[in-house]
Amino acid sequence: MHRRDFLNAVGAGILLPVGRGAWAVSAPAAGPTNKKLIVVMLRGAVDGLNVVAPVGDENYLRLRPTIGLAAPGMEGGALDLDGYFGLHPALASLQPLWAARKLAFVHASGSPDATRSHFDAQDYMESATPGRKNTPDGWMNRLVAALPGPQSPSRLLGIGPVLPRILAGHAAAVNLPNVASAARADLLDQPRVKAAFDELYANHPRFGRAYADGRAAHREVMDALESKEMQAADRGAPLPNGFPDDAARLAGLMRNDPKIQLAFVALGGWDTHANQGAASGQLANRLAPLGQGLAVLAERLGPLFDDTVVVVMSEFGRTARENGNGGTDHGHGNVMWVMGGKVRGGKVYGDWEGVGDAKLNEGRDLPVLTDFRSVLAQISEQHLMLGDKGLEQVFPAMPQNLAGFRIVGA
Amino acid sequence: MTVNLEPDMTHRASLALLAAFLMATCAASAADSASAPDVQALHVLNRLAYGPRPGDVERVANMGVQRWIDQQLHPETIPLPPDLDARLASLDTVNRSAGASLAEFLELRREVRMEDEGAKQRRREAQMRVARQAAEARLLRAVESPRKLEEVMVDFWYNHFNVFAGKGIDRALVTSYERDAIRPYALGSFRALLGATAKHPAMLFYLDNVVSSAPRTDAKRKARGLNENYARELMELHTLGADGGYTQRDVTELARMLTGWTFDEKRLARTGETFRFDAGRHDRGAKTWLGREIAPSGQQEGETALDVLAVHPATAHHVSRELAQYFVSDEPPPGLVDRMAATWQASQGDIRAVLATLFASREFMDAGSVGAKFKTPYQYVVSAVRASGVPVANVGPLVNTMSQLGMPLYGCQTPDGYKNTQDAWLNPDALTRRIAFASALAGGRLPLGVVPVEARPAEMTPYLAGSDVMPLPPPPPLAAPKPVPLDAARLQATLAGSVSPRTLGIVQRNPDNLRAAMLLGSPDFMQR
Repeated sequence: MHRRDFLNAVGAGILLPVGRGAWAVSAPAAGPTNKKLIVVMLRGAVDGLNVVAPVGDENYLRLRPTIGLAAPGMEGGALDLDGYFGLHPALASLQPLWAARKLAFVHASGSPDATRSHFDAQDYMESATPGRKNTPDGWMNRLVAALPGPQSPSRLLGIGPVLPRILAGHAAAVNLPNVASAARADLLDQPRVKAAFDELYANHPRFGRAYADGRAAHREVMDALESKEMQAADRGAPLPNGFPDDAARLAGLMRNDPKIQLAFVALGGWDTHANQGAASGQLANRLAPLGQGLAVLAERLGPLFDDTVVVVMSEFGRTARENGNGGTDHGHGNVMWVMGGKVRGGKVYGDWEGVGDAKLNEGRDLPVLTDFRSVLAQISEQHLMLGDKGLEQVFPAMPQNLAGFRIVGA
Repeated sequence: MTVNLEPDMTHRASLALLAAFLMATCAASAADSASAPDVQALHVLNRLAYGPRPGDVERVANMGVQRWIDQQLHPETIPLPPDLDARLASLDTVNRSAGASLAEFLELRREVRMEDEGAKQRRREAQMRVARQAAEARLLRAVESPRKLEEVMVDFWYNHFNVFAGKGIDRALVTSYERDAIRPYALGSFRALLGATAKHPAMLFYLDNVVSSAPRTDAKRKARGLNENYARELMELHTLGADGGYTQRDVTELARMLTGWTFDEKRLARTGETFRFDAGRHDRGAKTWLGREIAPSGQQEGETALDVLAVHPATAHHVSRELAQYFVSDEPPPGLVDRMAATWQASQGDIRAVLATLFASREFMDAGSVGAKFKTPYQYVVSAVRASGVPVANVGPLVNTMSQLGMPLYGCQTPDGYKNTQDAWLNPDALTRRIAFASALAGGRLPLGVVPVEARPAEMTPYLAGSDVMPLPPPPPLAAPKPVPLDAARLQATLAGSVSPRTLGIVQRNPDNLRAAMLLGSPDFMQR
């Protein structure tokens, strides 16, 4: 209800064409934070072999007789990507981005650590130190600290009610449960109440920083959302609740608050051990709003999309064979999604050996042939202009073998 | 223990004096030790309970902290107040069997599928009613039950053996799960607790063991096969821990041993049978698990697995560490964990004995441990209501606040349950929201006294008003009561020594109508 109220409120601006041309004049001047990164984490291990399915591999449907996607052109078939891989049909909203070469995938990628525990694997993906449990901070926090430019609380932003591991650390980071609620004045905007709690929390050794960061981010977001540009940017039909809605608001917020540079969103519900379905069903129902949200994000970022890279990743993949219950169990390698104006898209990157029995890791799942950190490091280096020293801080002890491909342009 | 809404003046005055005394001495003494009786009383109330209610600190101090802990370790010796008992008894969906609950769920699902007029609405109402009553039972107990440690342990074990209430038929089963598989064993034998969760339909369904079976080649039958989900989490989360030294092969072998541990929805709904071993699903081959040869023995293979896991040294260490993390600090002292694990081994997994070792330890009573834990949203909300002394007829505002803070009750989707560490819950947004909740509670603006509309019998559909539904007590008048702000002085006395002199000083400099909100929204009240 609140979301809708907000949409109505911001929808009152004048009608403007939405598209690259419309926004050329308002593109922000080059600054230290104008290159953006958005990370979307799919918690629960999405079944990458049904996201970017090797429909051209003769083994694929043998391994997945009931959940496998049919070949492109068939009823409920995958959407052809490159004649060998096919995209899940529930992700049709991403097809224009693929066609425009703004979307790429890295298959058989992931963490080199062999764990099939969701929780350890997510932890490693967020700390970017696979196999090491005592890393105190998340890599996005180290990244924001290592990038040039002034630190501000909203430079590193999470959407969700809690602050995830990936954002934790010494640098300031804030979370918004959802962008809509952040736009409302709150109790602490009342001067007397504010003064009282400001004093209680001022320089408090344990909670002072979280309190101050929260207030600073709140002011920034309020300011950004009051601007006229935001009102025009969010013009459009109301979106379904959930990710598409949050994505639209995040895009608007990033366009209006140039201080926001790195953003993180986590989505759950991918642990499909039973009845995951094929072209339709549980997995399809989760993928559809994700694809729609990513498309909305790209559209509403407008000119900023050219300066943004969006990465979608998940802690590990799932078994190549479907299990006895029309689902899949915990696996290893997965597919990463990379989207953005300067992404060298329209291509599935990464070494690929097929899904023949002899090529499967431990006889059950995809091997990890591309370390997820090598993709993230390349984006940090080529897109965010992170220097060598910073690279070592953000991705410590990373194996020397960097990705053998270039997925993002300068 | 009932709320005494009008404490006698002597009582109040003595606590006020105590508070004044603490204000003067706390800065020095809290840094040295947690030795003063009232500081100790507050500490154990913050850890073995969800914080003090008005008068609690004095009661515990008078009784003696050690005696109080001993009593809390034996909840069966503490009678429930008759009024709490009566309110719990009036919650019909909380008291009915798993079978009856599932029968209602399946019937409504059938009607919705038949596109029966109004079936969706009836189903929505029935599910809301089940969820509301489950929350009401849980929160009423957390706020009011004198068996405080039992309530803490029920929440602890529910998280340890988490089941997400939003997955399919688990909507109808989590009430029974908590009542039948968690609560009776909260301070008992870990093996019994493990077995009860393993065999409860809520867990069998949540982690898919219900459908796991030996691989079939018979093409005519519906596809069947092994499902590793439960076997993996059984070792990783429930017992050994992720570093417990098992392999992927052990996961697969354990899954094979557990094939056939299942239940049948229709039989559960019809006859109340919550578990059955289906020999037809069981993998009869030999297995090698954790280095042991497992001879084929049907259901006994799974029982053997639970026997081994319950007293495995890795389990003793893993679960002892979780307990120490909950009760002592986010990074619990390894020496304490080792001693708890030794008790675990010596007692064959007696939860009460392990907790007794924990509570008797110097690490637990150490001054450095006082206030070391950051409250989870659940702990924050329940402790605020307890400190306020406000009677709760409507848990809706509490449930909503927990959801906003990222911790919906029975709503953790993943099997690891909610964490209880500061890293997990301290964030900029959380503090603002907690302060907003504190202000609404302090100002008397939360409608805690108003029974929600959907709970009124007049709103019930004919189906729900059937013979198996007990009548609800008559609702109070609907007129919104005038907000009654909390008495800041009384709240201050209740919290006594857990509020620092610095905070008290700032509170005193502010107008009276802000003081209660400031106490409940203070840094001091964020920790336990």
